[in-house]
Amino acid sequence: MKTFRRSLGAALLLLPAFTFAQDRFAARNGEISFFSSTPMEDISAVNHKVTSVYEPSTQKIVFTALIKAFEFEKALMQEHFNENYMESSTFPKATFEGKVTPAAGDDLNKPGAHAVTVEGDLTMHGVTKHVTEKGTITVNADGTVKAESDFSVKPEDYGIKIPGVVRGKIAEQIAVKVRIPYAKL
Amino acid sequence: MTRLFLSLALASATLPALAQDDLLSLLGEDSTVEYTSASFKSTRVINSHSLENVAHGVLDFRIGHRFGFVNGGLNEFFGLDQATIRLGLDYGITEQLMVGIGRSNYQKTVDGFVKYKLLRQCDAGCSMPLTLAVVASSSVTTLPADQVPWYGDGREDFFTHRLSYSFQLIVGRKFSERFTLQVMPGVVHRNLVATPGDRNDLLNAGVAGRIKLTKRVSLNGEYFYVLPDQGPREAFTNSLSMGFDIETGGHVFQLHFTNSTGMFERGFITETVGKWDKGDIHFGFNISRVFTLYDPKAKARERMEQQGGRW
Repeated sequence: MKTFRRSLGAALLLLPAFTFAQDRFAARNGEISFFSSTPMEDISAVNHKVTSVYEPSTQKIVFTALIKAFEFEKALMQEHFNENYMESSTFPKATFEGKVTPAAGDDLNKPGAHAVTVEGDLTMHGVTKHVTEKGTITVNADGTVKAESDFSVKPEDYGIKIPGVVRGKIAEQIAVKVRIPYAKL
Repeated sequence: MTRLFLSLALASATLPALAQDDLLSLLGEDSTVEYTSASFKSTRVINSHSLENVAHGVLDFRIGHRFGFVNGGLNEFFGLDQATIRLGLDYGITEQLMVGIGRSNYQKTVDGFVKYKLLRQCDAGCSMPLTLAVVASSSVTTLPADQVPWYGDGREDFFTHRLSYSFQLIVGRKFSERFTLQVMPGVVHRNLVATPGDRNDLLNAGVAGRIKLTKRVSLNGEYFYVLPDQGPREAFTNSLSMGFDIETGGHVFQLHFTNSTGMFERGFITETVGKWDKGDIHFGFNISRVFTLYDPKAKARERMEQQGGRW
């Protein structure tokens, strides 16, 4: 009897930990692509292995993208991206940690598309910047969630130096697309 | 009892808090296999093969150029009056297999090679500490019969007499972002040699490395040692080369000093005559320009884009 009571007490105490965990969405195959366009050259790359966790109850959202998982059309571009610009052996990941805020009065748990503001810390190349961007969170009927956002980044904001010789080939503003399909964790 | 209760209460209170602080830890570590890349800036250290291959679907057009010996003095404009050239095309059939052909004016030689990476050094997701590659190459001289150096009197000019081969093992490791080292045991086989005392097979061992000075410039060196007691080789020296790799977008420029004239294995490993201490040094350069002929990931990307319709 004593043991039973003990384990019951333990189970009751642990309960909140598990109910919390149910209310999370995760993705391992999210997609982040970027595009740089100049009159001299168009460069694009895509990463299909973005991991992300989204927690509607707290509105928290986090991303991690391995820099080396960005795939380019040309192998040499990919090598230069890793070696010369992102220095991916020193800074292997880009991360984002922040919050999504819906429009006033909107409920992110309801099915349908919700326009949101995403605000948080974007870290890459060892530099963290506080950013605020627009995005959309779509709650599907089957209980899955999609998040998407289009924004742009300036390489120089993240300490990425672009030498004069290739200045004309790399855009000052790089267009970034984020597409994450979440499933319940 | 109370103590147990307390500790459990504490444990359950900290659990969700911890998880919230690091949502990403919920997903665990990614297990993607990642092979080490950019151990050298190019598929050649200077004359010899490096442990790098051209990527799958990439064509590498290479121009190798060696001026004359710098000790030629002003009359030879310090070697700039002469030129030895090799033009080559290399292609990556897969990420691990590359092939190449080249034509040198040194002995009017056509050479071809196959390079295969048996093992690849791994950064993440596996534990291979080094790269192991094999290079098999052959060369044929197209000189007129009376000019082939190893044809003496009465030698019949068979096609096979013009052939030579080289087999090389490359064992290398990128120790850090800046430092890569490789050793290359090998054998050069000549179908026909000049004198009865010459061996057809010459065992050799090479060592090569690079130190990255900046993101786009590295210092390279290589040395080939032909093992002793392999016939009369007093006239020949071991190949030693030092130089810089400078990378500018789609090109890699390799500027170097070497005592070797040939730019294919038999040429630089077994037929080097220059002596560094006598100033028999060639200034030279290689230029590598890559073209992507085939994009192995294009199909996968297209598929993803089509699926992208779901957005």
